[in-house]
Amino acid sequence: MTDFQRHPSSYRHWQLTTDGDVAHLRMNVDAEHPFAPGYELKLNSYDLGVDIELADAIQRLRFEHPNVKVVVVGSAQERAFCAGANIRMLAGSTHPFKVNFCKFTNETRLSLEDASQHSNLKAICAVNAACAGGGYELALACDEIHLVNDNNSAVSLPEVPLLGVLPGTGGLTRLVDKRKVRRDRADVFCTMAEGLRGKKALAWGLVDAIWQKSQFAEKVQTRAKELAATLPNKAPKGITLEPIRFERTDTGYRYRHVSVELEGEGRRATITVTGPQGKQPRTGAEYEQAGSSAWALQCWRELDDALLQLRFDHEQTGLLVLRTRGDRDALLQVEKDLFAHRSHWLCNEILLQMARTLRRWDLMARSMYALVDKDACCAGAFFEQTIGCDRVYVLDHDQVQMAIGPLSSGALPMSHGLTRLQNRFLAQPAQAQKLAAEQPVLSAPEADEQGLATYLLDPIDWDDDVRIALEERVSLSPDALTGMEASLRFGGAETCDSKIFGRLSAWQNWIFTRPNATGDEGALTRYGAPESARFDWRRT
Amino acid sequence: MSTVDLEAKIPNNVGLRDNKRLMMALEKWQPKFLQWWQQLGPTDFNTADVYLRTAIGVGQGGWAHFDYVKMPDYRWGIFLADGPADRKIHFGDQLGEKAWQEVPGEFRNRLRRLIVTQGDTEPASVEQQRMLGHCCPSLYDLRSLFQVNVEEGRHLWAMVYLLQTYFGADGRDEAEAMLERHSGDQDNPRILQAFNYPVTNWLDFFAFTTFMDRDGKYQLASLAESSFDPLARTTQFMLAEEAYHLQTGENGLGRIIKRSGELMKAGTDPAKVGAIPLPIIQRYVNFWFTGSMDLFGGEDSTNAAEAFAMGLKGRYRESDGIYKDPKALQANYSLEVPTEEGKIEKREIPLRRAMNAVLLDAYIADCKRIVERWNRDLEKLGMQERIYLPDHKFNRHQGVYAGFRFAPDGKLIDEATWTHQHTGWLPTEEDRRYVDSCMKKVTEPGKFANYIAPPAQGVNDKPIEFEYVKFH
Repeated sequence: MTDFQRHPSSYRHWQLTTDGDVAHLRMNVDAEHPFAPGYELKLNSYDLGVDIELADAIQRLRFEHPNVKVVVVGSAQERAFCAGANIRMLAGSTHPFKVNFCKFTNETRLSLEDASQHSNLKAICAVNAACAGGGYELALACDEIHLVNDNNSAVSLPEVPLLGVLPGTGGLTRLVDKRKVRRDRADVFCTMAEGLRGKKALAWGLVDAIWQKSQFAEKVQTRAKELAATLPNKAPKGITLEPIRFERTDTGYRYRHVSVELEGEGRRATITVTGPQGKQPRTGAEYEQAGSSAWALQCWRELDDALLQLRFDHEQTGLLVLRTRGDRDALLQVEKDLFAHRSHWLCNEILLQMARTLRRWDLMARSMYALVDKDACCAGAFFEQTIGCDRVYVLDHDQVQMAIGPLSSGALPMSHGLTRLQNRFLAQPAQAQKLAAEQPVLSAPEADEQGLATYLLDPIDWDDDVRIALEERVSLSPDALTGMEASLRFGGAETCDSKIFGRLSAWQNWIFTRPNATGDEGALTRYGAPESARFDWRRT
Repeated sequence: MSTVDLEAKIPNNVGLRDNKRLMMALEKWQPKFLQWWQQLGPTDFNTADVYLRTAIGVGQGGWAHFDYVKMPDYRWGIFLADGPADRKIHFGDQLGEKAWQEVPGEFRNRLRRLIVTQGDTEPASVEQQRMLGHCCPSLYDLRSLFQVNVEEGRHLWAMVYLLQTYFGADGRDEAEAMLERHSGDQDNPRILQAFNYPVTNWLDFFAFTTFMDRDGKYQLASLAESSFDPLARTTQFMLAEEAYHLQTGENGLGRIIKRSGELMKAGTDPAKVGAIPLPIIQRYVNFWFTGSMDLFGGEDSTNAAEAFAMGLKGRYRESDGIYKDPKALQANYSLEVPTEEGKIEKREIPLRRAMNAVLLDAYIADCKRIVERWNRDLEKLGMQERIYLPDHKFNRHQGVYAGFRFAPDGKLIDEATWTHQHTGWLPTEEDRRYVDSCMKKVTEPGKFANYIAPPAQGVNDKPIEFEYVKFH
């Protein structure tokens, strides 16, 4: 199985150093050590292995280095800032891998933006040399882009003209939505393989500053210090993120608070999440003391890892069945304490981690059913996870309760900015507001009445109806389901984040599978091949 | 400068008088070029009268017009070689179609990049060599240096002509940028790194013109095959001048070798009399030959494959019909690749991806021929010593051999062996100091510095003691 655990001491592709309130994260991709054999990571091009380290570095900065206020994302290679995702890797990958790779890289860049918005950790991108495709998309995810003005180094999105595909990591969306580059200029930029340099890149709003080569490092450092001086102090010392470990079982794998059971010839996975057991920290200081083993952090990091395993290593698994376990009151208490201390840097980070993991859950391209049975712990963030599912099956039993906690009113937003209650009750905004405000504990029939159950099932029907529901679901076309679910899960308006994923699933993935990209004569297939691409010129 | 002046100043066969757009572009660019020459050319010799060859036409007589000229007054012209009006594309995916008289939209950016990269090297070398005149070994050699310099300037003109004529506003911007980048400028360097180091002694200069300019020849030769007809014809004409630069290098280095050989034959140690010992020359050959190979790009290159497929760059002498398969789709190229286990293995790659390697092979064969010529001189003197061309894997910083250590004989070696031995293979600081110490300025007609033999004959049938450069 894929190992998503990394540590800076063993990074192959990045160098993370901190100096007071400024950190430097330098890309230095080891070309000879790709994630899978068959290609070389030249010119700081990246693959999954490189991006797993980047994701780790961002996590470390958030949890282990709260004193850092600005991270300078740069390159340790003189000739390239970053050439983007490795083309040979993409061309040689299966479609599911490609999609999941893009999704993961998107989530990593969004976590950088999330840190900027919510953790006061700003990112400055130091583009010291050529910066193409995914390289520029990484830059776009930073708060500021500084480009060396050497008459040579350019920023570019060459996917359309060179490869016949779209930038896969939010480049197009961020260009117009985040940086608000004028659409006609964006059109020119995105069809120009070589991109734009220096003054023109600055004039068009593609970068925020340009500096002469001899002053570049110094100017960027000065700006980083200046920016850091405007940001509040969080804490001098962080906690240590211990690695997340799981053990294999006969039928799946198990973490401390999360387990995954593969069933029905692997077509279905039951994910069981378990609430806090034993004494939990109550204040920020106690959380600092407890480190990464506190339930509120470990459980969600484990779920994060489990979801990634499912995405990359269990492509056949089309249906995720959610079971929640544990003590509702204990879980709600943890959330109340975190919420009360949310101005403490670590409590804030833990809540943000929960929110990110839940967004990763929302973005699983698998059907998701929640089973709220008599042992369920459907409370707080587990309640959020439950109503994040496509369907909620609730057992009509005295022991069954659904409890809404303090985090449902906005601490755990979906990627399109709504709470899961708002998203569920688009037609009745008042209902969403009421439930979030009152934080009720509901019996099964009440939950049904309040619109929280898809099906309220009598105990005598439960086993059979659930079985039939699961069997029916896995019989449907996986492609159609993926599209349908992505369309139905996110109601209402879009945000930059949700557009990125929406465009990824709807457009980019479609274009990737079209003959013009990946057919025998497609542009991506033929990239670097001896012959040029041939297109089917018909447009819809 | 008025339009009339411009037309008179710029010998051309491209109908400049009738090309309003080009005329306007050149009116703006030409003063900037002159300003650049005044500031970054061989500045200290602007007032000297130099016996220079000026190209005033593409015919036989037109090419070799000699006279005394002050370099800033040199008439930098624009010439395309003659070619058939209905030329057909002779390689790549569009084989058999009509050659392009205008730039096809889909190849515009790539062609522009090729032209800019080539063009950028031309003024770069002038900048690199700008101080060399101060330590010239003779008037004959000083003239050669200036001839090379003004012609590199003309090659810049040739590339600027293409940019301004065929690439619109972007082309004009690129033409200006070529005067704004400067060799060795930390903030605004020349595009290719090899063109950012100063060339300060004549051993470097001759080695540079032998090897680096020869890379230029092969790059130009591959562009001379281009389906974009104006590029092909421009570079064909440039090749004629480039051949002269190569000779300057080849003869110059040959004369230094010959001189050392003569001294040794007479029992004199070259190092004792301000001449250059053969081992030092060998190390300079090693350095420049290997550096020039890095300019060819990766041996396994998708860029090269595309440039060939699109018909932008052909193989050396492609139009002579010496290759069996003009589409280059049938064959593979067998490339030697070092493995992590410290072995060399053969890897088959599609021929199109190996176009840089194919061009490099032709280049290496050419270099071998030159070294043999030098060795014949040593042989004639009855000397045992020889100059060798190192293996193409030695001392590489680009391509598949970069990052590995090879000995000059091509043997893969470990880092420790390299550290121990490389001072015997590449010029040392001590070598450089010594060579610099030999650079005494000699300007008396017919006299030569002690490290270099006189040439076999003078320029344009003039005697060797002719006053090729007159100072004022």
